[in-house]
Amino acid sequence: MKTKKFNYRIVDVALLIALFALVFLADQFLPTYDIKFKVLQKGAVFALVAVSMNLLNGFTGLFSLGQAGFMLLGAYTYAIFTIPNEARLSVYKYYTMTNSAGEEIGGLVQLVLPMGIAIVLAGLVAAVFAYFIGLPVLRLKSDYLAIASLGFAEILRAICQWKGLGTLTNGSNQLRMYPYFNSIMPYFLIAGLCIAIIALLIKSTYGRAFKAIRDDEVAAEAMGINLAKHKMISFVISSFFAGIGGALFAMYQNTIQAKPFTTTLTYEILLIVVIGGIGSLSGSVIASFLYIACSEWWLRFLDTEGVIPGLSRNGFRLVVFSAAIMVIVLFFRRGLMGDKEFSTERIVNGVKSIFSGKKKKTKEVE
Amino acid sequence: MNLTIDHILAGISAGGQYALIAIGYTMVYGILRLINFAHGDVFMASGLIIVYLTTAMPLQYAIPVVIIATVFIGFLIERAAYKPLRSAPRMSVMISAIGVSYLIQNLALYITGGLPQTYPAIPWISDSVELFGAVTKRVTVVTPVLTLVLVVALVVLIRYTKIGMAMRAVSKDFETSQLMGIKINKVISTTFIIGSFLAAIGSLLYFSSYQSVTPTSGAMPGLKAFVAAVFGGIGSIPGAVVGAFVIGICENIIKSSTEFSIFSDAFTFALLIIVLCVRPTGIFGEKTTDKV
Amino acid sequence: MKKIVALVLAALMLTAVFAGCGETKTDEKVIKIGVYEPASGSNGAGGKQETLGIKYAHSVCPTVDINGETYKVELVYADNQSSNDKAPTAAADLISAGAKVVLGSYGSGVSIAASDTFKNAGVPAIGVTCTNPQVTEGNTHYFRICFLDPFQGTVLANYAYNELGYRTAYTLAENGNDYDEGLAHYFTEAFTALGGKVENANFPENTSDFNSYITNAVNAGAEVIFAPTSTNYAQLIVEQAAAKGANVTLMAGDTWDSNQILAAASGKNVDIQVTTFYQEGGNADFDKGFKEWLESNSQNLTDNGGDSKIAAVSAMGYDAYFTALEAIKLAGAADSAKIMEAIWDVEYTGVTGQIKFDDINGDAVRTTAYIKKVNTETALWDFVKEQGVN
Repeated sequence: MKTKKFNYRIVDVALLIALFALVFLADQFLPTYDIKFKVLQKGAVFALVAVSMNLLNGFTGLFSLGQAGFMLLGAYTYAIFTIPNEARLSVYKYYTMTNSAGEEIGGLVQLVLPMGIAIVLAGLVAAVFAYFIGLPVLRLKSDYLAIASLGFAEILRAICQWKGLGTLTNGSNQLRMYPYFNSIMPYFLIAGLCIAIIALLIKSTYGRAFKAIRDDEVAAEAMGINLAKHKMISFVISSFFAGIGGALFAMYQNTIQAKPFTTTLTYEILLIVVIGGIGSLSGSVIASFLYIACSEWWLRFLDTEGVIPGLSRNGFRLVVFSAAIMVIVLFFRRGLMGDKEFSTERIVNGVKSIFSGKKKKTKEVE
Repeated sequence: MNLTIDHILAGISAGGQYALIAIGYTMVYGILRLINFAHGDVFMASGLIIVYLTTAMPLQYAIPVVIIATVFIGFLIERAAYKPLRSAPRMSVMISAIGVSYLIQNLALYITGGLPQTYPAIPWISDSVELFGAVTKRVTVVTPVLTLVLVVALVVLIRYTKIGMAMRAVSKDFETSQLMGIKINKVISTTFIIGSFLAAIGSLLYFSSYQSVTPTSGAMPGLKAFVAAVFGGIGSIPGAVVGAFVIGICENIIKSSTEFSIFSDAFTFALLIIVLCVRPTGIFGEKTTDKV
Repeated sequence: MKKIVALVLAALMLTAVFAGCGETKTDEKVIKIGVYEPASGSNGAGGKQETLGIKYAHSVCPTVDINGETYKVELVYADNQSSNDKAPTAAADLISAGAKVVLGSYGSGVSIAASDTFKNAGVPAIGVTCTNPQVTEGNTHYFRICFLDPFQGTVLANYAYNELGYRTAYTLAENGNDYDEGLAHYFTEAFTALGGKVENANFPENTSDFNSYITNAVNAGAEVIFAPTSTNYAQLIVEQAAAKGANVTLMAGDTWDSNQILAAASGKNVDIQVTTFYQEGGNADFDKGFKEWLESNSQNLTDNGGDSKIAAVSAMGYDAYFTALEAIKLAGAADSAKIMEAIWDVEYTGVTGQIKFDDINGDAVRTTAYIKKVNTETALWDFVKEQGVN
């Protein structure tokens, strides 16, 4: 019997549209101070950053731990170039200077860019730095690469906090009063667009070359893939999107400073990638929403005294959360998605297999 | 810049503390090729345990108990979090290490309730002494001496005992040594026990100098000790010790300049990157080649 | 099997989402006050002491009358983990829980970082001890009951220069901490204006080795190290300065007014002087009541650092709670917008003095600070003097 194969692609697209429709509705009905509002914003930001890290770690096999540094560059670039001039005097309180006309101005930069351009610039600055950092670092092998890139992120953080650059970066103090989107949709649109570009890249010849490098460097080189060039491309592109992620992160936070961009942040992103499945873009996206929702929202009740007598008090949420992460790392090693992508077809088949599996078992019992 | 004997003394002392932690990193890496990110947190946990122990028992009992407890934690971490992943890709194990580190920090946060814990003053080593015209705690002088003694003992252990030989064999070739009948799990456990033992000693010395334990106390010393291990050539014990002293001293030289003192941590990493670029396997590291 | 587990987990999470949406209503009239304080991180210790003051005030007066109707006051808490990047969600969590007015935070950075979240929600916030000017500057929803860094920095500089006769100072601030940096900045400004010499140093987060910084200060000929850091670092600085036998005075702002400093300095040869909001003994009733309350509960004692010495921030927390109650009464409604308008007109005499807000930024009008000094023998604070800017 010949049946027409159902096209699950359409369902996937419909789901995506439904997701954006939901976000649109959330924007209409959720008050901006609602915790769900914040979780959705932060989730979108982390989804982008996690996907950019996955491009590097999961698809190119470069174990880099520098993501926080590139986010930092993006966040600072965005903030520095969008603070309105009239607000600069207040923001750069400790670093005021006098301009040629003898007026007191706040900080060195007096150029205000539109938000869109500043976001792109944030990515570009991160990419340019990535290029120069990549020159020495990408020659290193696995663990050494991880440590060297982690080191660069720490160095970038120290430079941003240096008083000598205070007129540019406001020293280690907060940058604030820059414009930000006070709704969820823009975060989803920008992150979604960037993730789509990364997905296309992975499908292209470049993506195939990345995967070849991941699977076997020596073999890939023998096949005529230029290792240095492709590693650099992957590194720069990943950093570009990490930079944009940083700009979005700055917007989400309303104020930004170098302090939170520590190795801990990189580890968090890495954990998201692992939970989602190394080598699965949709896995990273789903995992980042789950991760943010758990750490910031769902598990908060565990911190209230008396919920679980004798155990729950401040900090318990984090213990439960980290224990859950350990369970995933140890027992669900492939993460949520493994290296597969989300598709309705797989889910339907999966559900079918569960039911058919059950039927088989009952038959055996009979 | 205003360099004095105080800075050098502080540097040597810091170097000794880093060295004791760095050995744990370098030994584990030598055998498992694993960056044990949780090692710095084991070091912190050791400090925390003694804080709670001293409320229940006198210090002379608390010190041996804390050393045993730390060794046990190290052993337990290996069994619970690394052993099940022995056949998994190396990245999974490293991520497991990051997860353990996260778990220990959060547990410490939960237990202490976020309050910094004051480390008990250990008599004699916490007293102030004068040395070359600089006043410092006695522990500053004790640290490097004790470190060197322990390192010599460790090198002797590795060179002349049976378990030491097994360790060297495993770090040279994991599979072959297994075929030769070496009990790999025993060797690995021993490595973790030695590493944790040294971390416990390091924690006694470190927190006697800086008497406050917070959940993140272990993060920075851990990271720096790790850098020291890479710097000296990861897998090499003398390399780790030399690296630790170089980093400890350099860091305090940087701190002697008010303008650049905030770069003390960043400088450690800069040094590391320079070494890696010039000599990717560290100062004492052996060259390895890729096998197809 | 794994698939079933995954499905069950997903289902649980979905129910959690929907569980969060519905809110139950009861007949009892309740007004919620948010406590936005750190309970962990580098400011955890201070944040807990401030929270204790608020909790005590709540135990003293758990109801408020609005237009003749008695409302039960309920405190809701969120831990901002002393971290600016956790601030927006912690703040959103409070508002989602229904807080009509928010108290806090200890530490200026987290207050600045959460400011816009409160603003967008239209909920007024009353800063308890966040002294950085940027907290209230240019907004109408953030108020505060403490003095400001320019004031405190100047008071300390004047005191050090004029009263103690010091000419060289060394400041030590944590990198990226708005409180530290702000205070160090204004101290330097005032001290150099008087003709003194200042060297500024910053240390990275999570530093525990301060030996080199203390050596640098001594080498620079500093007579005073001004280190307005959080108590976690303060303990280490006091310890190490004492162990080195450094012959300098340690000075700091209100954060150092904590029993942890007393414990660290006890029996050691150090000179520590601080400015603060409150001196134990300033209000006998409050002192007695608060101590009894602390001692009645072992958890409270632990949160206070192990003993029942009163930190100035606790007194400030106490006053902040009553200031909020005054504002609610004045507003005549359990409504954030009305409370926000009412705060401008609040006048309240608390245990730390009179509280009244200026018309520009909503800062408390305060003209004097208390200067205290550690008595290393008794491990108590000795009152030195009241000092104004002039």
